[in-house]
Amino acid sequence: MNPLVPMIASTVVAATPLIYAALGETVVERSGVLNLGIEGMMLIGAVSGFAATRASGSDTVGFLAAASAGMALSLVFGFLTLNLQTNQVATGLALTLFGIGLSAFVGHDLAGLPVDRLEPIHIPLLTAIPVVGDLLFHYDIMVYLSVVLYLAVLWFLSKSRMGLTLRAIGESPHVAHAIGKPVLTTRYLAVLFGGAMAGIAGAYLSLVQTPMWVEGMSAGKGWIALALVVFGTWKPTRVVIGAYLFGGVTQFQLFAQGFGLPVPTEFLSMLPYAATIIVLVIICRDPKTILLNQPASLGHSFHSAA
Amino acid sequence: MNPSRTLKSLRLGVATGLIAMLPAVTFAAEPLKVAFVYLGPRGDGGWTQQHDMGRLGLEKAMGDKIKTTFVENVPETADSERVFRQLASDGYKLIFATSFGYMEPLQKVAKLFPDVKFEHVNGFKTAKNIVVYEPRFEEGFYLIGTIAGQMTKSNTLGFIGSFPIPSVIRNIDSMTLGAQAVNPKVKTKAIWVNTWYDPGKERQAADTLIAQGADNVAQNTDSPASIQAAQEKGTYAFSIDADMSSFGKKAQLSGTTEDWSGYYIAETKKVLDGTWTGERHTRWGLKEGMVVMAPLNPAIPPEAVKVFEDKKAKLISGELKPFAGPIKDNTGKELVAAGAQMDDKTFNSLSSYVEGIDGSVPK
Repeated sequence: MNPLVPMIASTVVAATPLIYAALGETVVERSGVLNLGIEGMMLIGAVSGFAATRASGSDTVGFLAAASAGMALSLVFGFLTLNLQTNQVATGLALTLFGIGLSAFVGHDLAGLPVDRLEPIHIPLLTAIPVVGDLLFHYDIMVYLSVVLYLAVLWFLSKSRMGLTLRAIGESPHVAHAIGKPVLTTRYLAVLFGGAMAGIAGAYLSLVQTPMWVEGMSAGKGWIALALVVFGTWKPTRVVIGAYLFGGVTQFQLFAQGFGLPVPTEFLSMLPYAATIIVLVIICRDPKTILLNQPASLGHSFHSAA
Repeated sequence: MNPSRTLKSLRLGVATGLIAMLPAVTFAAEPLKVAFVYLGPRGDGGWTQQHDMGRLGLEKAMGDKIKTTFVENVPETADSERVFRQLASDGYKLIFATSFGYMEPLQKVAKLFPDVKFEHVNGFKTAKNIVVYEPRFEEGFYLIGTIAGQMTKSNTLGFIGSFPIPSVIRNIDSMTLGAQAVNPKVKTKAIWVNTWYDPGKERQAADTLIAQGADNVAQNTDSPASIQAAQEKGTYAFSIDADMSSFGKKAQLSGTTEDWSGYYIAETKKVLDGTWTGERHTRWGLKEGMVVMAPLNPAIPPEAVKVFEDKKAKLISGELKPFAGPIKDNTGKELVAAGAQMDDKTFNSLSSYVEGIDGSVPK
């Protein structure tokens, strides 16, 4: 078999959870809210998705449960930061810690139990094409849905009226409020969307990537998703490129090691991070672009009275 | 309140606290307080879980003569120093530090508490009140090699390494030696993931090794991801620390696990009857029951099982040593001369691959 095929397949599987989490966070941050709780919401999503799939035998139920669990957690975040106007950074960090602990507590009895892996979908004819079929038409449904999600977010942020409103709120909530745009409602919806996507990303880990539940299984992927949003300068296309790049370089360095490439593994392990940062920085070229693209109100609470 | 008065009342408070603690320290009839510091959660399904089972075994054996506690999820950073300090000042007299990375913090804290006895797993720095204990994992991995060498069709074994430290390099080396003893054609491919625990990355590493032709994959990382990968691809894998066969009944051929309770009981007894001494380095293997093989998969043919049992018996009797010469490294340099054993210095600082492993140890 062409060694490229499993390499690319692994890349896609590695990148998919990052895409869900990062695209969700892109929408959240575009509305001016910084939610650092992705890691926590992913873990909650992972454990609920796993539990629901085990109980029901259906992956669909699992992913729905994961999305709901992520939303429930993000609702807490939304209430604290949007209604009570707590500091978003501190609340997000607390959410991550809370999610890590809660998922470990809830999932205590689930550790060590198996669940069937979500099977790749079989598309008649297309899957049978040599190489191309293996490369493009041999994934689970969630991979294809991540592409749909990307297109939807892209369209939403650049073409839809609601998306433009959301961006306006992210730039200047006061102005948006003054012209009658519902700042809190929009931000709430964005935060909930981010929570749902982080939950799905978590369930992708516990149902597809490594179909099991173990404490802390996201191993920092929530933070990587966050970094992708910043280095992708809040643009869905760049975020997705970053996710694939990160997954691809991770996979490449493992392959290089398997072939006995005499390069220090510490260097190889650093490569995905370094390469992602370098490429995304090159895409932006001018470092000011990051600052220019950053939603102006990111991380600031909004008081409607002010 | 001015600063000096604050300081005074603080001192007073501390002094009162110390006096209040005195009875607890002086009365000998109190049960011995034993503490365990864990790297991961108790439910990690692997390394930490085995240690906690050891702790429970100790409790069961010693009854009310002792009292145990544990602290889980302690990172290998300055945080661990704080935890050790806290436990020592809380009156714990015997503290088991169950991860390699606690080595430096432990050195610091042990100096401050000369009457507290510390036990460190897999390290190499002892002191008057620090001893090191270590399972002879190489025996388990030698036996993994015995099975893998007989089961492989591609004559290629895979190994997912955590960090390239001597105690891990020993495992890949002895697995390869064990395999070559039954199948001289065996080659091993290694991938280092630079983490003890990251299911996603371990999975990718396993997929990669399998794609590169390794049909028997062993690991020194903690999650069952590679067992799952092998199960899906129809190849074989070996568990570590805990039996992971629930993640791949067909795929898991065997594996290494640890039973720490025997050692924990022996050490606690030494403390109780006053024979505990520092500066020791204990290595227990199959013979002492610290290293235990996971159940064999029924897919292994009886002839292969016979070879495995034979090697196991010889390892237990001491007739067979995993690192008996002649051994060459993979650049052709002699590591151990024919008829000799690997000396302790080489063993403790092993940093080269034996013949048959692709690539070179990351420096």
